[in-house]
Amino acid sequence: MEKTLERFYAAFAALGIPWIVPQLILMLVVASLVILFISVSVMFMIWWERKISAHIQVRYGPMRVGGWHGWAQSLADGIKLLIKEDVIPAGADKLVFALAPMVVFAAALAAYVIIPFGPNLIVRDLNIGVLFYISISSLTVVGIIMAGWSSNNKYSVLGALRSAAQAVSYEVPLVVSILGVIMTVGSLSMIQIVEAQQRIWFVIPQFAGFLIYLTAALAECNRLPFDIPEAESELVAGFHVEYSGMRFAIFFLAEYANMFTVAAIATTLFLGGWHGPLLPPWLWFLIKTYFIIFVMMWLRWTLARLRVDQLMNLGWKVLLPLAFLNMGITGVVLVLRG
Amino acid sequence: MAADYAYVGVFLIVGLLFVVVNIDVLSRLLRPSNPLPEKSKTYECGEDPIGISWIRVHIRYYLYALVYVIFAVETIYLIPWAVVFRELGLFAFVEMMLFIAILFVGFAYAWKKGALEWVA
Repeated sequence: MEKTLERFYAAFAALGIPWIVPQLILMLVVASLVILFISVSVMFMIWWERKISAHIQVRYGPMRVGGWHGWAQSLADGIKLLIKEDVIPAGADKLVFALAPMVVFAAALAAYVIIPFGPNLIVRDLNIGVLFYISISSLTVVGIIMAGWSSNNKYSVLGALRSAAQAVSYEVPLVVSILGVIMTVGSLSMIQIVEAQQRIWFVIPQFAGFLIYLTAALAECNRLPFDIPEAESELVAGFHVEYSGMRFAIFFLAEYANMFTVAAIATTLFLGGWHGPLLPPWLWFLIKTYFIIFVMMWLRWTLARLRVDQLMNLGWKVLLPLAFLNMGITGVVLVLRG
Repeated sequence: MAADYAYVGVFLIVGLLFVVVNIDVLSRLLRPSNPLPEKSKTYECGEDPIGISWIRVHIRYYLYALVYVIFAVETIYLIPWAVVFRELGLFAFVEMMLFIAILFVGFAYAWKKGALEWVA
């Protein structure tokens, strides 16, 4: 790998092309590979979610497209969305309306920079890894507000505002629940956090933190039981009511991409990342991540949606004090053990 | 170091381009375009929408945002503290707990005043 890269750079240097060109080409290739991974993974996650929901409700779910248990259903849906007419409401703010999906997707993609799939399988091990994830994931909310507000639709404005209120309420417990891990490791780098878990996964000493993180993460992804911004039965579809065709598909893609990120961060911080016996590291990482995604889907079809006031109460009055308590206890234990 | 963040920049730009290529190039070539006044009307379950929806919003959103600002600023201090926690030891721990305690007085005040109630 190193050798090939060196030869790649040398070939450009020999032609007298400045070093920045091969660097940029490399970055573009990496970004395209990540987009490819996201597309394939999201396609299977959607198919998977439909099958799981179907089996929980004693149905079959998609069975026909592609032959075996309808595995190609999402592919067919993707093509359908690609050839759907693009309807922009007459009263909308057209520029913001068009920008919103870009903001949401770019933020979702950038978060993949710090996901450690394996010891050497990470795009860039930023030294502020966790902090980078926290900040880039908040960008999604900006996109959601842009989408809701620019649609000039009462449902979508309500959905966007609720989404903003929900995101700020759950961001604080999310960050504070991660602090226990950061205090133990003493680093924000994803690689170092995983390597610190060789002996014991942080889910054991930080079990409360793990539960708080998962709850807050569900709310950050607007998944049930916290999908109040989208709440089909009251707001039709929330912030993306007016989006159709490919624009809607981009929101959908970003949402599932975010689900993967959230699960991958949980795996990295609490479930020991790529550590595991026998199987190769990247496979362990994917198994753990998809397991958490499975739990998220399972919860979706098991729990009922909360009411807005219940949601806000849970965030501010339960999760926030609990997260600080967890941090304080972690601090006391760490100080006592020296 | 700087190259690390170049990746972030490239990812953001590629993300934008991916959306543009899909919506404005690929999908535009494939999709029909047949705009009608009814079709581009704002969706409101078959009713004609009355007025615009860019209205003034309820004050409670603002209250939540204010309480959030307290804790968002706090986490800016908490994260560097957590990173070097082991080297700083007991003294820094007590200091941070004092800082959090002071903030929680403000939090308790907001709670008491009903800023955290959705239906006040």
